[in-house]
Amino acid sequence: MWTAVGQAFTMVFEPYTLMVMVLASFYGLFVGAVPGLTATMATALLVPVTFFMAPIPAVAAIVTATAMAIFSGDIPGCLLRIPGTPASAAYTDEAYAMTRKGQAEMALGAGLVFSAVGGLFGTVVLIVAAPVLAEFATRFSSFEYFWLVLLGLTCAVFITSDRPLKGLITLFLGLLVACVGLGNPAGFPRFTFGNTEMMGGIGMISMMIGMFAISEIIRYVVDTSPPAVLVVEQVGNVLTGQWALAKKYPVQILRGSVLGTAVGALPGAGADIAAWMSYGMSKKFSKEPEKFGTGHVEGIVESGSANNSALAGAWIPALVFGIPGDSITAIVIGVLYMKNMNPGPSLFTTNPQNIYAVFLIFILANIIMIPLGILCIKVARRILKVPRNILMPVILMFCVVGTFAINNTLFDIGVMLVAGLIAYLLEENKFPIAPAILGVVLGGMLEENFITSMIKSDGNMLAFFSRPIAATLAVVTILVWITPSLMALLRRPQARP
Amino acid sequence: MKLNDAVFGLLLLVLGATVLGIVQSFPKIPGQQVGPALFPGLIAVGLCLGGVVLLVRGWRERASVPWIALEDWVRSPRHLAGFLVLVGSVVFYMLFSQQLGFLICSALILTALFCSLQVPLARSVAVAVVATLVIHFAFYKLLRVPLPWGLLTNFSW
Repeated sequence: MWTAVGQAFTMVFEPYTLMVMVLASFYGLFVGAVPGLTATMATALLVPVTFFMAPIPAVAAIVTATAMAIFSGDIPGCLLRIPGTPASAAYTDEAYAMTRKGQAEMALGAGLVFSAVGGLFGTVVLIVAAPVLAEFATRFSSFEYFWLVLLGLTCAVFITSDRPLKGLITLFLGLLVACVGLGNPAGFPRFTFGNTEMMGGIGMISMMIGMFAISEIIRYVVDTSPPAVLVVEQVGNVLTGQWALAKKYPVQILRGSVLGTAVGALPGAGADIAAWMSYGMSKKFSKEPEKFGTGHVEGIVESGSANNSALAGAWIPALVFGIPGDSITAIVIGVLYMKNMNPGPSLFTTNPQNIYAVFLIFILANIIMIPLGILCIKVARRILKVPRNILMPVILMFCVVGTFAINNTLFDIGVMLVAGLIAYLLEENKFPIAPAILGVVLGGMLEENFITSMIKSDGNMLAFFSRPIAATLAVVTILVWITPSLMALLRRPQARP
Repeated sequence: MKLNDAVFGLLLLVLGATVLGIVQSFPKIPGQQVGPALFPGLIAVGLCLGGVVLLVRGWRERASVPWIALEDWVRSPRHLAGFLVLVGSVVFYMLFSQQLGFLICSALILTALFCSLQVPLARSVAVAVVATLVIHFAFYKLLRVPLPWGLLTNFSW
């Protein structure tokens, strides 16, 4: 093990990897701080660039950029009352209220320091839990994997969305997209309409760039709301008083980090849902709930650590089972496959140095977040003044070229545009997007394990419940399916007068 | 564009039925009960069921929820133009990038997009040319993506 750790150190502390991490930090901080550019979009736009890197620097770029972006999303929330990324939306009003009271330093500092603390907490859980789970997962057969994937998809639909029906429908759409092409157990070309480009399936990365970048650009272009006004021109020292906050709210920090890591690890739910849930929880358990919403730092401390810990949490199922915990890791899984670092328990046994390197990158990224974050806050005023009517078209061109770069085909650009338009239309109509992404990423895996299990059991569905772990997973999955309907049935009599 | 749930329900029903139709022609694998048609077939059934529920739900709400509701930006010529230029420029790139080459295409597209977003013309052209050259350098030279030269093939660098 220690030789592998040593190898990991040499891989991460190579000048090239470190340089990539620093550049990715600036990129992530910038993208997060510009409203309308999200951490997921940052990841999608990074893919064409990481395509040309070795596996470890590629992963380093994504981990660092996303961690920074989730923190710097707090900055415009605090100064403009517009969250830089959806993960900061939960406490944007609170942070802005603090700014109005003249406490912008405190709000930004709490966002920064407790982002790093939460990120480190999530990393520790990742380091401890992932290898244990991987060990456990080596005993899994197609039956267990079938239920595990189904459970992941079920969580994405039922737990993480308040509209299970619409989530279920987008999940089906995603699964249908995954069916296109030759990549099925029978190797039969499905839904290709005689088009050779479609034989290989719909390109996942071009679709993601469409769904996360093009749809955001569309939203910007059609946005009719008036521009926001900057309240504070100069921000002072943000670290003052943070130690006192840490001593005052240790329970909140721990609770936010635990909840964030758990929500992150749940498929489909990421940093944004983690922040909303832990802000709600903070208010519920607070000794001073009446202060929430008036510029009270407690909720920011708790949900600020939650959204960053969710990032690391999402990597647990992604690395161990190949099941993404959020939309960022959905893209990451695509990158890992391209880099021959196929996720799964064997990743932990055959090339453990790669896994240790990923852990190290997480630790490093969360530590350098503090100095680079302070720097970013110093220049925040300038970043927020970057004209978005110049930025957005350039990003569009970047998307076009980046999508082209993956397979050098124009077909992928078409996929990107269509995916962007569909994602925009669906979100406008309150269809959640996360289940669709999971459907696309996991469709192949679900079908393969389903068909293999069917063949093994000769079509006998009871075999799906015959192994103990498979049966347990099956019971949990089915419970998640029926619980909402049961709850609704139980509630109904009371609702009627 | 906000659509009544019933409209989505209908679209999903059509999609599900089409998939079910296509799936019928998929080959059966001799000696096995499961073939390439099974999985997409199940998804199609799911889409149809979801479609029916949405159709019923939307039909019940038809008094309060219009079939189709357009947002403010559709009525604002400036925003509508921005949207059309955005979609049009990606289509333009797909159609003409091979003939015109990346440099010309990108400069034209960026200028059009900037102008549609209220950037003054002179500034639009200048930024478009600089941004095009930077993107070209990054992808063509550094990342070695074979961006087309098109009309400028004889001047390639």
